[in-house]
Amino acid sequence: MKVNRSLGLTLVAAALVTAYGCGKEEPPKKAEAPAATTAPAMAEVTVKIGHAGPTTGPQAHLGKDNENGARLAIDDANSKNIVIDGKKVKFELDAQDDQADPKQGTIVAQKMIDDKVAGVVGHLNSGTSIPASKLYSDAGVPQISPSATNPKLTLQGFKTTFRVMANDVQQGSVIGKAAVETLGAKKIAIIDDKTAYGAGLADETEKAAKAAGATIVAREYTNDKATDFKAILTKIKAKSPDVIMYGGMDAQGGPMVKQMKELGIKAKYIAGDGVCSTEWPKLAGGAAENQYCTQAGLPPDKMPNAKDFVTRFTAKYGPIQVYAPYSYDAAMTLIEAMKKANSTDPAKYLPELAKISYGGITAKIEFDEHGDTKNGAITLYQVKDGKLEPMAVNVAGKTEKIETASAAPAAAPAPGGTMAPAAPMKDDMKKGEMKKDETKK
Amino acid sequence: MEILLQQIINGLTLGSVYALVALGYTMVYGIIGLINFAHGEVVMIGAMVSLSVITALVGAQTSLPVVVVILAGLFVAILVCMTIAYGMEKVAYRPLRKAPRLAPLITAIGMSIVLQNVALIVWGRNYRTFPTIIHPTPYDIFGATMTDLQMFIVALAALLMAALLFVVQRTRLGMAMRATAQNPQVAGLMGIDINVVISAAFVIGAALAAVAGLMVMTYYGIAHYYMGFLLGLKAFTAAVLGGIGNLAGAMLGGILLGIIEALGAGYIGDVSNLCGFPWLSDSLHEQCAANEGQVSMFGSNYQDVFAFFVLILVLIFRPSGLLGERVAERA
Amino acid sequence: MSSHRPRHVPPKVWAAVALVAAALALLPFVAALAGQAWVRILNFAMIYTMLALGLNIVVGFAGLLDLGYIAFYAVGAYVYALLASPHFGIHLPFWMILPLGAGLACIFGVLLGAPTLKLRGDYLAIVTLGFGEIIRIFLNNLNAPVNISNGPQGINLIDPFRIGSLSLARPEVILGVQFSGPQKYYYLLLLLTIGVIVVNIRLQNSRLGRAWEAIREDEVAAKAMGINTRNVKLLAFAMGASFGGIAGAIFSATQQFVSPESFGLFESVIVLSMVVLGGMGNIPGVILGAIMLTMLPEVLRYTMEPLQLALFGRVLLDAETVRLLVFGLALVAIMLYRPAGLWPSAVRKRELETPKAAPG
Repeated sequence: MKVNRSLGLTLVAAALVTAYGCGKEEPPKKAEAPAATTAPAMAEVTVKIGHAGPTTGPQAHLGKDNENGARLAIDDANSKNIVIDGKKVKFELDAQDDQADPKQGTIVAQKMIDDKVAGVVGHLNSGTSIPASKLYSDAGVPQISPSATNPKLTLQGFKTTFRVMANDVQQGSVIGKAAVETLGAKKIAIIDDKTAYGAGLADETEKAAKAAGATIVAREYTNDKATDFKAILTKIKAKSPDVIMYGGMDAQGGPMVKQMKELGIKAKYIAGDGVCSTEWPKLAGGAAENQYCTQAGLPPDKMPNAKDFVTRFTAKYGPIQVYAPYSYDAAMTLIEAMKKANSTDPAKYLPELAKISYGGITAKIEFDEHGDTKNGAITLYQVKDGKLEPMAVNVAGKTEKIETASAAPAAAPAPGGTMAPAAPMKDDMKKGEMKKDETKK
Repeated sequence: MEILLQQIINGLTLGSVYALVALGYTMVYGIIGLINFAHGEVVMIGAMVSLSVITALVGAQTSLPVVVVILAGLFVAILVCMTIAYGMEKVAYRPLRKAPRLAPLITAIGMSIVLQNVALIVWGRNYRTFPTIIHPTPYDIFGATMTDLQMFIVALAALLMAALLFVVQRTRLGMAMRATAQNPQVAGLMGIDINVVISAAFVIGAALAAVAGLMVMTYYGIAHYYMGFLLGLKAFTAAVLGGIGNLAGAMLGGILLGIIEALGAGYIGDVSNLCGFPWLSDSLHEQCAANEGQVSMFGSNYQDVFAFFVLILVLIFRPSGLLGERVAERA
Repeated sequence: MSSHRPRHVPPKVWAAVALVAAALALLPFVAALAGQAWVRILNFAMIYTMLALGLNIVVGFAGLLDLGYIAFYAVGAYVYALLASPHFGIHLPFWMILPLGAGLACIFGVLLGAPTLKLRGDYLAIVTLGFGEIIRIFLNNLNAPVNISNGPQGINLIDPFRIGSLSLARPEVILGVQFSGPQKYYYLLLLLTIGVIVVNIRLQNSRLGRAWEAIREDEVAAKAMGINTRNVKLLAFAMGASFGGIAGAIFSATQQFVSPESFGLFESVIVLSMVVLGGMGNIPGVILGAIMLTMLPEVLRYTMEPLQLALFGRVLLDAETVRLLVFGLALVAIMLYRPAGLWPSAVRKRELETPKAAPG
């Protein structure tokens, strides 16, 4: 009991001493209210930009890849000596490990909010991005995910949630169409890894392929830690499909095409951006030759800065895994919006972010009213000599998107308002839910 | 029929690897009753070390034949794994031999986390690829394909298992192991150095793990610092299926688990096809027509459920695994 | 048998209790000084305390090794998610779902317990592990042919806890004091956690608690003493599971999003570590274990980078890598240093002083 009591006493004492200061702490951040002091010797301010992704655990390579993408963007911005609101801004990356765990996702999100980050690049996964997005929305901190593709992320009605990656619907419909029209498939087999990303993409591909007139002869599943796919491939072989589509990551996509070859499967193979990395042909041990994959955005040779990015990134951090370019774009977009608004205060630059038009390295970045990329360009690649060669740029997604996009400017900017009022939030959600139901049938 | 044969071949290859890893679990368990949760990580270290050595040798462009390169990788990997297992036993498990049963389980989990993160620091987070120095040739066996590499993996696993059985059944060390498993105190009184015997079990298990690591890496062509966890879990399941603590059981369990997984992924969809039961739901007719008569309740997504289900069934009817080890005695 | 407790409570004890209560009440504000993230971490520490106490019934009291405990947490979480979200358009209040979640988890506990009664030790461990994985895989796949769990995409926009117009999810000023969302959840969690602790203490000292202990020590002897081992074991599974269900429901309400990836095998392993590391069978020990293992990685998250800067002048290794490395080493070191756990029960202590011939 002695221990308990003394412990209690100290705690109470500590609490009493500090409780008073607490009330002072609560009111929002130290506002950037003091107006631009145009001092001759330029003041320097440090602005933190957060990054969250799994940098340990099975997806550590992807998380670190994203983190490095954001880090390179920060370094680039700092080398440009950006001046915002009369002050020289030094950007700093606040990198956090969310372990791809939704619970840790909210903890690190809160930590970054506590650290007063001006914006967040992340998270890598939809499962962590969704619960964290609510925290960012409440705190008014803009968040751009470079890789979360679950359509629901942006359908929650949060004004602070954006992504620079095509969502599952946008990309899946292109893959499905490409499989039928470009690859000439009549019979398609679909495999996914049963993650939010893989399953979402595969479902959308299935719909699009069916709509384009193909039949789905097999729907098989694996998981995101698997290495052996021979059992499901054997089953698929018996159905003799023309094309096998995979929704998942390159660590599975590589061995999978290798095992297809070993089993003597002649079908073509197509996969989404998770597989579409420069590492994929290597992971496949040469078996990915002539196979296909898609990536959101335009091919690098159409984007002015992209070539340079690849060489600089590779020199600094090694091979790009998958999403580093998107992460780079996400960070750059945040900085661009700050420059446009001439403020690093989230409340002030958020409206600029919503209507931004920025020439990134993956695409021209513009957001629709949900925060999804407006520019739905998706590029189809084929592996030639172990390298990804762009085959076709598909902007089919865009024609569908135009109706919703035209409505955007009217609804989007709510200057100064960081919290969405309750009513439109519900409305938006209903729209999202209805959309979901329609597509289901 | 070719498909069935093909699935069995798929399962056999996978199962051989499981069996080799399961032996490591079962040897340690048989002697000191500890589930060495870190064993999967030893397999990972084996794969990573051999990969590094092989990549370095290939990169150095020595004119060594491929077999020598791989053997060199294997040799170094075995040495490293044995050292790690020996050290792990000495530091993390030996002091806890008389502690409550679950204490060493927690240190094993701790060791597993430590080894994983050491591997992360040493080899990085990215997937590593095996240099293309082996080109497996597929052979036709009654309509099914099997590569020479697969045959080699199965044969090598069988050979190693036979050698281990020989060691345990016919040598003095093996006799000491069996004696220690029966009763450590009495074995000690008979002049057996129990510490040596237990270390030997760990070290032999680690050597087999290193071989398994190299096999996995060459067969699939990739390695990653996190690969040990799932492999370890599967091997542990296999060991329990066969009867943990029983060497023959681990082999049987490993191979069976591999085949169960392959058959599960291959046939569970056909078995649970709902189109045979059109009275279940009115909309089923249309769905079946749209999907070529195949609307399955369960697909290959339930592969692991199927495997665990079989395991649970086996344990309900044979509570100590297929080739049951006497559990009651130790209670 | 458990130690004798004094019937008559002296006023000194009451004073201590009052002080502890005041400290607990002020804790979220103290934690907020270091950042709201710490309030969230405290909340998770309490969720894990409930989980660890639930698992303690199965592992610590009854001596049944359970590696799939997180399944019950998942059941509770999904029950709340399905009954209070736009997924089915059902929005029941928290207090109505809580017993449902606990009850369904309890049924699953019996479902798991019934076929595994004959199994012992590590065979039981693997079956429970399999059970945990089966539940997770089902949750991950039950979006087809009929969409029940929404599969890997998870369930979003789950209702927060509400009483009347008071929603715990948003910041609010109550009686002139500013409360953040997590701070309000803190009090709800504190209430539930204290409830769970009280029930656990009562259980341990009950006839049933003694029956569990008897089974743990020697099942055959317990049977000979006239204990219905089957029913008593099933009760252990059922009660442990229902606490998991409660923890799951509140997790769902705080996160407002659930997906199967929160319920992996590693979570089961961590909860088991909390129980064993804290001191199996001893309620204060288990609470200590749960709080320590939740806090430790977070403390390391905050300190590893500054520490390296202070020691070496630069960051040699990523904070996150060192963090887990130190966490693993800490698990090993604590177990080596205190094999019976940080705060072992009196019975365990006695056992260790006179080591038995064969372990377990």
